Amino acid sequence: MGVAGVAGAALAGCVTGGDDGDTGTKGDKSATNPLGVPVDAPLEVVIFKGGYGDDYAKQAGSLYTQKYPKAAIDHKGIQRVGDVLQPRFVADTPPDVVDNSGAGRLDLATLVASKKLKDLGELLDSPSVDDPSKKVRDTLLPGVVEDGTFDGSVQVLNFSSVLWGVWYSKSLFAKNGWTFPTTWEEMLTLGDTIKKTGVAPWTWQGKYPEYMNDPLQSLAAKAGGMDLVKAIDNLEPGAWQSAPMLAAAEAIHQLVVRGHIMTGSEALSHTEAQNAWCKGQAAFIPCGSWLEGEQQAVTPAGFDMVMAAVPALTGSDKLANGAVQGASSESFLVPAKAKNPQGGLEYLRLLFSKQVARGFAESAKALPVVIGATDGLTLSSGLSSVAAAAKAAGPNVFTYRFRTWYAPLSKAFDDATGELLTNRVNPAQWAERIQKAADSVAKDSSIVKHKR
Amino acid sequence: MRHGRYRFLAGAMIPPLLLYGVFVLSPYAQAFYLAFTDWNGLSGQANLVGLENFGKLWSDPLFLAALRHNGLMLLVVPLVTIGLALFFAAMLGTGEKRRAASAYRIVYFFPQLLSVAIIAVLWQFVYTPNSGLLNGLLSGIGLPGLRRSWLAEPDLAIWAVMATMIWAAVGFYVVLFSAAMESIPADVLEAALLDGAGRMTTFRRITLPLVWDSVQVAWIYLGVAALDGFALVQIMTVGPGGPDNSTEVMGLSLYRNAFTYGKFGYASAMGVALFFLTLTLAVLLLRVSRRERVELS
Repeated sequence: MGVAGVAGAALAGCVTGGDDGDTGTKGDKSATNPLGVPVDAPLEVVIFKGGYGDDYAKQAGSLYTQKYPKAAIDHKGIQRVGDVLQPRFVADTPPDVVDNSGAGRLDLATLVASKKLKDLGELLDSPSVDDPSKKVRDTLLPGVVEDGTFDGSVQVLNFSSVLWGVWYSKSLFAKNGWTFPTTWEEMLTLGDTIKKTGVAPWTWQGKYPEYMNDPLQSLAAKAGGMDLVKAIDNLEPGAWQSAPMLAAAEAIHQLVVRGHIMTGSEALSHTEAQNAWCKGQAAFIPCGSWLEGEQQAVTPAGFDMVMAAVPALTGSDKLANGAVQGASSESFLVPAKAKNPQGGLEYLRLLFSKQVARGFAESAKALPVVIGATDGLTLSSGLSSVAAAAKAAGPNVFTYRFRTWYAPLSKAFDDATGELLTNRVNPAQWAERIQKAADSVAKDSSIVKHKR
Repeated sequence: MRHGRYRFLAGAMIPPLLLYGVFVLSPYAQAFYLAFTDWNGLSGQANLVGLENFGKLWSDPLFLAALRHNGLMLLVVPLVTIGLALFFAAMLGTGEKRRAASAYRIVYFFPQLLSVAIIAVLWQFVYTPNSGLLNGLLSGIGLPGLRRSWLAEPDLAIWAVMATMIWAAVGFYVVLFSAAMESIPADVLEAALLDGAGRMTTFRRITLPLVWDSVQVAWIYLGVAALDGFALVQIMTVGPGGPDNSTEVMGLSLYRNAFTYGKFGYASAMGVALFFLTLTLAVLLLRVSRRERVELS
């Protein structure tokens, strides 16, 4: 029956109805303590310590201690957050703040469905640390609040802003006189040119097919606009077989048809593919904005990696050119049953301050979601290209929610794309498969549905 | 004196049994209960849903695919592993050079010392398409046409995983069978030789019947291992469980449903189904492979 089965069962020892009393105490509210934190209550913070480290979270903790010297902070930086916290969520004895991120995190949709999270509205409407005349919600990049909203209630706030695009080496392109294409047609033409030099135009992290889904769904969103994105997320019938989606699949499929993809890519793990790309064996690779940080140790000097938004699908896209898929990650939440929920909210208020966000950009090589946090910082080549892409996109940042909402649909999407990229299915068959999976999710009454 | 000894024995046995009961048996028992609920792994509530989870199993295409793949592994892995192990053990046992034989035995046993995770990672490097050992070897011997993305082709991936499984298991059974063969009295074998039996005949008529008990044990162990395969598939394959679910195994379906989809009730039902499958298999194998005991007097 395997380890997983035993582990799952071991957690079940306390599946009994808990009491639903409101926990946590409140202190008195004041201008300096807008959330009414009890000044001497201890605070327990559990942080995912992954690629971004946890220095920034410790910094927020030290700000908290400065404000409330009597409050003892228990900071834990760990991996596999889900394995550690699952029993505590079941038993309703969770910590006060959790950064639920990384491999082995708890499934957000399940947390929400089980009503385990506190509504963060009170925090969003409180005055921000840097400028008390502004609410916290107005200091965050567009989309952050929406990313954390489930059925009208904000239950998580993400700290890091992630954009997805296509990466290339600036120096390699300068050397060959190549320029990044603005439309997909140009991308294919450039690919033909690149191929002649003996470099593969593209590689991708084929072992985990979701990496190629980002450019594919970006092309679809550009062509079909937000209407298409919402239709997909709302599981509307036929959305996956709509014209923009099919055109996007066709566009990605062209890379296969024209032989633009490095041989063997379909079996490469993300590290293998990214390392091959860093060695100059392929010109383009799709990835999110964490790529530079992830490749720090193996990137050759003078490689100058930059990220660009996925090119427009056609000249007549619904979204402006430069529109980019962006979402926030590194999900911070306050459990509904926290012992010190007001302290948890206050900790987050301090975390989302410019000072902490700036430290995050410096130590984690990633963009924080706090507006203006990186102003005046000298950014590395990759990070500055990501910032530039964000600036160029302006309000045209789109994101899909179905991956968070319906994990089984994501799997069907990933499987189908893996087959599309090895030419074992064509775009029409690809769309048909995913549509079938979407329809079965829509029909399954045991899955909680969301709308946007 | 007698009394004291029993008391001592009981005192020594109770703590480990208690630990085993709390940390192994009780979770198993709870899994049986959870299989009839809709528990999502986080909620404090678990509602009884009767046999619904078990009904879903038989219409879940992924679980059925997993069942098929585990079935294929069940046919191939034990047969090939036991065949190879018997062959190697017989070859080792007939040599004059005892020292060389024991050196071989140690080398065969090496994979047993590695954890499954490490074996999976190493073999992933063997199979990797552009810089992998296997494709490099094929090019080296002048067969570049046979280069493949071993773990990314639906028709090959499951066989690549099975090859790894067999490689990892053979050594242990070589040692097991060698030990069994060493306990066969030399005069029996000599008598057979004097009667003019060839190597093959001696093996079939004397060696195999006398080591049959070990073979039976090996069959059950390998059968149980073939119903698992979770770790290798999870680490080695595309997806994991792919390409296109061509390497899905029951353990992986169970794991994904519990820890990715938050369907702990449904995953427990899979666990229970797997439990009964394994049990049935063990009983069947014992039944089928039962034969006359050969007595050495």
